[in-house]
Amino acid sequence: MRLELIKRPQQSAFFSAVSPLFALLLTLIAGVIIFTLLGKPPLAALYTYFIEPLSEVWQLHELAIKAGPLIMIAVGLSVAYRSNNWNIGAEGQFIMGGIAGSLIPILVPGFQNFMTLPLMLIFGFAGGALYGAIPALLKTRFNTNEILTSLMLVYVAQLFLDWLARGVFRDPNGNNFPGSIRFPSAARLPEIDPAQGAAHWGFVLSIVAAVIVWAMMQYSLKGFEVKLLGESPRAGRFAGFSSARMVFFAFLLSGGLAGLAGISEVSGAIGQLRENISPGYGFTAIIVAFLGRLNPIGTIAAGLVLALTYLGGEGAQMSLGISDKVARVFQGLILFFVLGCDTLIHYRIRLVFGDPAAKTAAEG
Amino acid sequence: MGIADHNSVTASNTTPLLDVRGITKVFGSLIANDHVNLTIAPGEIHALLGENGAGKSTLVKMLFGVLDPSEGSIIWKGEEVRISSPSEARKLGIGMVFQHFSLFEALTAAENIALSLDATTPISQIADTARRLSVDYGLPLDPDAMVGDLSVGERQRIEIIRCLLQKPDLIILDEPTSVLTPQEANKMFETLERLKAEGKSILYISHRLDEVKRLCDTATVLRHGNVVGHCNPQEETATTLANMMVGTDVQNASRELSQAVEPGEPLIEINSLDRPPATPFSIPLRGINLKVRAGEVVGIAGVAGNGQGEFFEAVSGEALQNQSDSVRLNKVDCGRLGISGRRLVGAAFVPEERLGHGAAPGLSLSDNMLLSRHTTDRKTMLGTLGYVVTSAVTAARKRVVKEMDVRKSGEDPEAAALSGGNLQKYLIGRELDRKPKVLIVDQPTWGVDAGAAARIRQAIIELARSGSAVLVISQDLDELFEISDSIAVMHDGRISAPLPIAEATFEKIGLLMGGAEPGHMAYEDVKTAEETEV
Repeated sequence: MRLELIKRPQQSAFFSAVSPLFALLLTLIAGVIIFTLLGKPPLAALYTYFIEPLSEVWQLHELAIKAGPLIMIAVGLSVAYRSNNWNIGAEGQFIMGGIAGSLIPILVPGFQNFMTLPLMLIFGFAGGALYGAIPALLKTRFNTNEILTSLMLVYVAQLFLDWLARGVFRDPNGNNFPGSIRFPSAARLPEIDPAQGAAHWGFVLSIVAAVIVWAMMQYSLKGFEVKLLGESPRAGRFAGFSSARMVFFAFLLSGGLAGLAGISEVSGAIGQLRENISPGYGFTAIIVAFLGRLNPIGTIAAGLVLALTYLGGEGAQMSLGISDKVARVFQGLILFFVLGCDTLIHYRIRLVFGDPAAKTAAEG
Repeated sequence: MGIADHNSVTASNTTPLLDVRGITKVFGSLIANDHVNLTIAPGEIHALLGENGAGKSTLVKMLFGVLDPSEGSIIWKGEEVRISSPSEARKLGIGMVFQHFSLFEALTAAENIALSLDATTPISQIADTARRLSVDYGLPLDPDAMVGDLSVGERQRIEIIRCLLQKPDLIILDEPTSVLTPQEANKMFETLERLKAEGKSILYISHRLDEVKRLCDTATVLRHGNVVGHCNPQEETATTLANMMVGTDVQNASRELSQAVEPGEPLIEINSLDRPPATPFSIPLRGINLKVRAGEVVGIAGVAGNGQGEFFEAVSGEALQNQSDSVRLNKVDCGRLGISGRRLVGAAFVPEERLGHGAAPGLSLSDNMLLSRHTTDRKTMLGTLGYVVTSAVTAARKRVVKEMDVRKSGEDPEAAALSGGNLQKYLIGRELDRKPKVLIVDQPTWGVDAGAAARIRQAIIELARSGSAVLVISQDLDELFEISDSIAVMHDGRISAPLPIAEATFEKIGLLMGGAEPGHMAYEDVKTAEETEV
């Protein structure tokens, strides 16, 4: 017996629209099964994961802290994926953005004025964009697969950051702990409302980025170019657009936004360059981009949902003693169900019984 | 027409290997094969001749089990059979070598061969067998070589050997020489002669008349899904074969439509245009010279796959030239300009493929309007920061829909939702709406219903009458005779000197299309022809 996917002649518009909700529902059902197997009360566990982190204002701030980088990265990724460029290395670009932006407070600690923070953000964007340019260059020059190169560059970036934080950038007065000096306040992204919680302006930056990129995709010729080249490269060439330039545009934009998210995280939430600045934001943002249906506005909602899994994971570890890695399981389940639902919207499954190859072998 | 008696072929004492009786294949309203008869005796090389779209592929696909016949029977070695899949065809003893190969470049030749075998024979054994076969049949091949490193001719050998390993009695070859150099082709002919001597039969699909005359014992000619005749190619001349393929019985197209105004100055000038093959399957362009003057429609006839697509890409600027004067459009050297630059000098293009080239299937008609108009209509359609002025695009879309009578469901549907004819009308209208000085169209009415085709041809002629230069590439001779002022023929990457419509006949054009005598004008001839013309 084998499964065959048969293309549906028509796709249901209704199911296309609600497929993310379907995916979330299926994730919850899978969650119930997993918790039951773990011997934990499933409903209480789900409550801890998905409701409790939303019950107080300071927790909402925590949610914004986690959602900010996810949204920012996913906005860039949604454009890249729309143009058919598969940047899987946002995690590395995030790290490189964080490093590049940190150069200013670490190397010129005396430079403290109103220009410090904007310059850091620009550096962060540039660092991520340049790091994203590597797979773009490899793809256009040598026809390499950008999925592999961008993913491999993540590990390079992680080790490079580790080396910096433990080596050259280590705070001489830090009791030999890894990590740079603490940034001065001029180099810190301020908190939005310190009285209520810890959320910083990085979240607002993400929302602004989402709106700007959405407008670009919706109303500008550039957005049309992205959609056209992603949908039909040959028609794009007929329109006079260059696929090679689009590869660079996609990687520079998605890398740059990942870098901006990186420096926002470092200068906002952390306040110093550490050996580990991301709990996998760059990878989780891939899920956010797809859950948001590759629409920059959609990534806002999706980013908040995925941020919740991070918080829920921490909460569940504390109150139920469930490993916080279960949060990763949830993230994986969401992506799996989103892609699964999308596939079933476009295809239907046919079961084929009997193995023709075995039959001919037996007869021969 | 010298059609040999059909029965004389099968009158030998043996039963025919394959006897196809009254086979019919209907796709919707199109009858691709209409009660086709075909008989192949053991040990003969049988040619299947016909223009593009004549139904050759459909027939062969039914023999190889890819398509199910709607009607008729296939009798194999005296027994009626139903061939429902390629593996069944192989089991019966029918092998096929496709025109485009299906090989994995990163695997060795032997591994590729192993993939097509059902049984779990060890690779080393396959390599040995393949090596032996390749030596036996004079098809030198190293089974351990990586396919990616092999030439096209060598790749074809893998396909042939893969086919021979199944020990077929009938081998179907689909335009095997279209990708080969003459030397490689000669080698392959020797192999085919050998297979024939062993008693195997070959069904040889081609439109190269010289090859068919040289190689084949019998021929079946198809036209518009019907068998026009069975004959012995040795007894025919290239002319009679071409006549059968093209058909001289078609009515003479009316010339009233394009009683052209006095042609003006040349607006399309192609000067010794060369283009190396972009992929192993594409045809190199060689020394193409052509002029189209204002007010003139020039047609380019030719069997598909003779470089028309490559030529279109070179003229449209999707592929750039080295010399800027090798393509001159509207009196501007365009060789180094991309497609947007060429549009800006007043040229417009409509490619052969509607979905995926001329239009993006999943985008709306408005978006597809923007596709080819965003540079030329920048002033009206784009605002600051590349903001798309939707109202201007919508207005253009409505104009074209009205002008060309495009029938559609909904206000602004996806391009893929339109029927072929309506989308083609839209794509032609999209370009005509700009009133271009130069229009280059590839297959303007391919797969389009008669009404839409007439509308499109009318629009093309009207554009030329208003003083533009139009170049039409088409495989439909009737169409070219209807709308062209002169017709040139593309064959093997070259273009013959255009024949004025008054001198052109189906016979002359058909001969040039088959690459038969008097053959192609050499480069010098084209030059002198053009000089006398000017």
